[in-house]
Amino acid sequence: MSEEFEPKIIAFLCNWCSYAGADLAGTSRMQYPPNVRIIRLMCSGGLDPLYVFRALLAGCDGVLIGGCHPGDCHYTNGNYKARRRVAVLKSILKELGMGHDRVWLRWISASEGSRFAETIREIVTDLKEKGPNTLAQSWAI
Amino acid sequence: MDHKQVMVIGGGIAGIQASLDLAEMGVEVFLIEQQPSIGGRMAQLDKTFPTNDCAMCILSPKLVEAGANKNIHIITNAEVQSVEGQAPSFYVKVLKHARYVDETRCTGCGICMSKCPVRIPDQYNMGLSKTKCIRIPFPQAVPAVPVISKEHCIYMQKGKCRICEKFCEEKVIDYEQKDELLDIEVGSIILAVGSQEFDAKLKGEYSYGTSPNVLTSLEFERMLSASGPTQGHVLRPSDQKEPRRVAFLQCIGSRDMQAGGSFCSAICCMQAAKDAIIMAEHLSNVDVSIFNMDIRAQGKDFDKFITRAQTDYGARFVRARVSSVEINPANDNLRIRYDPNDGGPLREEEFDMVVLSIGLQTSEQVRKLAAKLDIELDESGFVSGSPFDPVLTSRDGIFACGTMTGPRDIPETVMQASGAAGAAASLQAELPERRIKADYPQQRDIRGESPRVGVFICKCGINIASTVDVPGVVEFALGLPWVEHAQELMFSCAGDSQRIIAEAIRDKNLNRVVVSACTPRTHESLFQGTLQSAGINPYLFEFANIREHCSWVHQKEPDKATEKAKVLTKMAINKVICLEPLSPKTMPVNHDALVVGGGVAGLTAALELANHGCKVHLVERQEKFGGNFRDVHFTMDGQPSQEFLNALIEKVTSNPNIHSYLNSDIAEVKGFVGNFKSKIHGNNNDEITEIEHGAVIVATGASELETDEYLRGREPGVVTLRELETALAGCGTEELKEKVNKAQSVVLIQCVGSRCDERPYCSRICCNKSIKNALKLKEQNPDTNIYVLYRDIRAYGLHELDYRQAREKGIIFIRYQEDDKPVVTSENGALKVHIFEPTLRRKVLIEADLIGLAVGIAAGSENKVISQMLKIPLNSEGFFLEAHVKLRPVDFATDGVFVCGLAHYPKDVSESVAQARAAAARAMTVLSKDTIEAEGKVSQVRAECCAACGACVAVCPYAAIEIDEINRVAVVNESLCKGCGACSATCRSCAIDLRGFRDEQLVVAMEAIVEWL
Ligand code: FES
Repeated sequence: MSEEFEPKIIAFLCNWCSYAGADLAGTSRMQYPPNVRIIRLMCSGGLDPLYVFRALLAGCDGVLIGGCHPGDCHYTNGNYKARRRVAVLKSILKELGMGHDRVWLRWISASEGSRFAETIREIVTDLKEKGPNTLAQSWAI
Repeated sequence: MDHKQVMVIGGGIAGIQASLDLAEMGVEVFLIEQQPSIGGRMAQLDKTFPTNDCAMCILSPKLVEAGANKNIHIITNAEVQSVEGQAPSFYVKVLKHARYVDETRCTGCGICMSKCPVRIPDQYNMGLSKTKCIRIPFPQAVPAVPVISKEHCIYMQKGKCRICEKFCEEKVIDYEQKDELLDIEVGSIILAVGSQEFDAKLKGEYSYGTSPNVLTSLEFERMLSASGPTQGHVLRPSDQKEPRRVAFLQCIGSRDMQAGGSFCSAICCMQAAKDAIIMAEHLSNVDVSIFNMDIRAQGKDFDKFITRAQTDYGARFVRARVSSVEINPANDNLRIRYDPNDGGPLREEEFDMVVLSIGLQTSEQVRKLAAKLDIELDESGFVSGSPFDPVLTSRDGIFACGTMTGPRDIPETVMQASGAAGAAASLQAELPERRIKADYPQQRDIRGESPRVGVFICKCGINIASTVDVPGVVEFALGLPWVEHAQELMFSCAGDSQRIIAEAIRDKNLNRVVVSACTPRTHESLFQGTLQSAGINPYLFEFANIREHCSWVHQKEPDKATEKAKVLTKMAINKVICLEPLSPKTMPVNHDALVVGGGVAGLTAALELANHGCKVHLVERQEKFGGNFRDVHFTMDGQPSQEFLNALIEKVTSNPNIHSYLNSDIAEVKGFVGNFKSKIHGNNNDEITEIEHGAVIVATGASELETDEYLRGREPGVVTLRELETALAGCGTEELKEKVNKAQSVVLIQCVGSRCDERPYCSRICCNKSIKNALKLKEQNPDTNIYVLYRDIRAYGLHELDYRQAREKGIIFIRYQEDDKPVVTSENGALKVHIFEPTLRRKVLIEADLIGLAVGIAAGSENKVISQMLKIPLNSEGFFLEAHVKLRPVDFATDGVFVCGLAHYPKDVSESVAQARAAAARAMTVLSKDTIEAEGKVSQVRAECCAACGACVAVCPYAAIEIDEINRVAVVNESLCKGCGACSATCRSCAIDLRGFRDEQLVVAMEAIVEWL
């Protein structure tokens, strides 16, 4: 291979836990691959599944949704809503053959900087194995 | 006095916090600082333990806030000359030294600094680098106005130069400026002048001052800092090479009768561990050894931090006091000689660099001020108030906080500062009068304007600039549509940068702003304030996080980091273009408070709130007030404690503002800051009382652990410290009293159930409790042999003096290792303790008549319920997790809810009282207002798309949405909506959106990513 494939990832992180966890990874100078772009949401429960579709259709190689651990959501139960939505979303993606295995839902708390960095590393490694997402080319939208 | 004024003397973090709290309670503040800028010691620290947050990053927003607050008059370069009068009317004379620059007109442009030909040692960098004779003390200084040091200025000394004057465009240099004497009348005074570091030169044996490679901890802190003399590179001063082996010597000028103080400085162990971690992050190949006597990690999450330093970063903790440091002339290395305390001979090791952990001491300034104000100091020179209430001084109307009351870390300082602010404010009148409103200029109406975006890219000193090509990002931004202005800033959070941003908004008629810097979680509100001051709606702002999410995590890939910074900036620009001005609703505030828990913390908080004129509902689960403190019978110096408790309970129960609910629990809490509705359940009569209140203080305490270790429960001679203390005070069972009185040999075992795998934290109070009880036993029967078996004696701060006294009285302290705990056996009731004695290097056997166990403290079991009810987090050990461990130690991320006492972490009574006062003061910042602003980013329904299906109603966790049955449309109640966005993600017709996170606003941000794809 001429140049190694560098997967491109979008992360939707809730403001209270996961975004703060990503901040902590920064304050602790934990190094992780620069393949991710973060969009801050107030809560994982505020994630419209359409965004994930859009991201995948545009050719994004992976999508991470980060929320607070069960029971810790700042808005009581947004993360449970996210969990259900993502489960449904994945099954639809699977039906359609749209890369359900490119979507991750992770609980990352504000004190888990290392877990955030670890998650990104893991996703990058996994996606490098899977190779690029070709949806953008096969779907003319 | 018609409106209330308080003087705060000292502008470090304590003084700043006290001022901000007072200002928020509507009190006018005069903040007097000796230095040319506020900020104090914290401004010089690199990071803060145990989270390793950058100190300046969390301090700087407070500096800016204090500088911008209309209720706070900052008077720098000034000192108090005299104080006359008494509470509530003090007349203070303040001498403001000449700065030789007109503060009112200087714009802080810094041209004078760049032109000044005279270089002088930079005090901010502990003299490790040079600055100019005319200088702004540090980039984030407030006020950002330079000062000339007269003794170095060649014009003022020799009559020639005037270069700064020539270049100053505003003509604000004034060599003739005179000292000014100000007369200020105030109702009360808060002292917060801090402490000073021990002068390491006094310990000549450590080669400080003779070898450049021996640094003090504060010098080293500057060296670690990106804004320091070496830009954060750890270099050995003699040859500018990276050190391979570094030693930290603890307790320099602490726990030392000869030089410095006999007390412990309380912060150095953690500071050394922090420096070791940061250094290991900076240098890949460094061995750090920390020579200490005890590891004092007595605070929340401190032990875990120490463990991390050891296991993840390889720091070696050596238990020894170093006797000397000698220079090896061949290579400038340093030879350390120490007694390894294992009975063996002295040992020697060589290091490339040595850091001396210098202790804190009281300062000349404290002594002088105390004399002028006629307040008492203790034998060590710290302000001594009451043993139960550390913010009080010996004089009415004058309060103290921070390290001038004894060595302490930042959170404790901040708690005392808030506590002192509350006390000073409550002295003056009932509910404070309305404060002077921050008078922002009228917001410009931008309707119909096309977007004009201003982009500011922060270098954050070198934190961003050393990885990301900042000029490259600026250039990239300038090429994007709608971007009218883009520039870099050295420190975007500095006060000066706010002026630059505001000017750019005005000059270029910008209507939207993007800042690419650090995290919106800490700095968004700062920049929103800047927009407001420039007449722009604060919601027309977007943040790109190119530090925490970019430069810091991709340090080795500068090109990719730069590319990422560009994308992140573009995402923010795309989004800001789509943002709209928002005007949050204002809501009335209910002035009543709910306090949960009636121990010392809850009682103190309730009383303090009532003193402010608030109505308080005080709920206690048990039949009696007092909590754990009911079992504390005497203080360290033998004074009875119950009198204090009884007086406190009496004050609370007789206060007409306080409604007590004994034998009761909280059944339900609904609502939000300013407008809570709760139900209190009476456990006796099953009655429910419904109350409304504006704030909640959680003071639910904690409890002593149950244990069966060391034959506890099987042998009557094995008791807990609590039982021992009760018996010593003449209470408790006759049998135990008799046992205690007759005991010839008593063994106290520390860390029972603390610092173990299930509870990896220190219970903080047990060492001191054991020392207290041991001293009492000795006092009652001087012939008793007392042995304290410990892992580290954590007699932190001034408690060290008691530890010393205990040893002098012949109490024997024997250290044990976690993996080789003492073993207790019994032969027909005759107790025997087997322990390895490290100095004898063999097992010894102690026959004991009585064994006292220092049982740890466990978080309350009801915390889980309360945490869910109030939506406030717990840490992994079940204690409540505050909003920020350093600077918001009693707040939660959920507004209007505060914590104090053991519910937060184990602490002694004076610490509980200080924290309770702080929680009350913080609650008062809410309760003293008539209205508060609701969340601006709330949901909004597009009526034309809404089918009134009710899906949003079903998912809303706050019941903030209803269906208007007449118009068949969903309606959002903006004062209930918290802005989670669940409704908008649910809506099938895209008819409901979260403002600030609208679909189109996120989609355009995603577009910036898609381009990168
Ligand atoms: S706030 Fe983090 S998932 Fe809801």
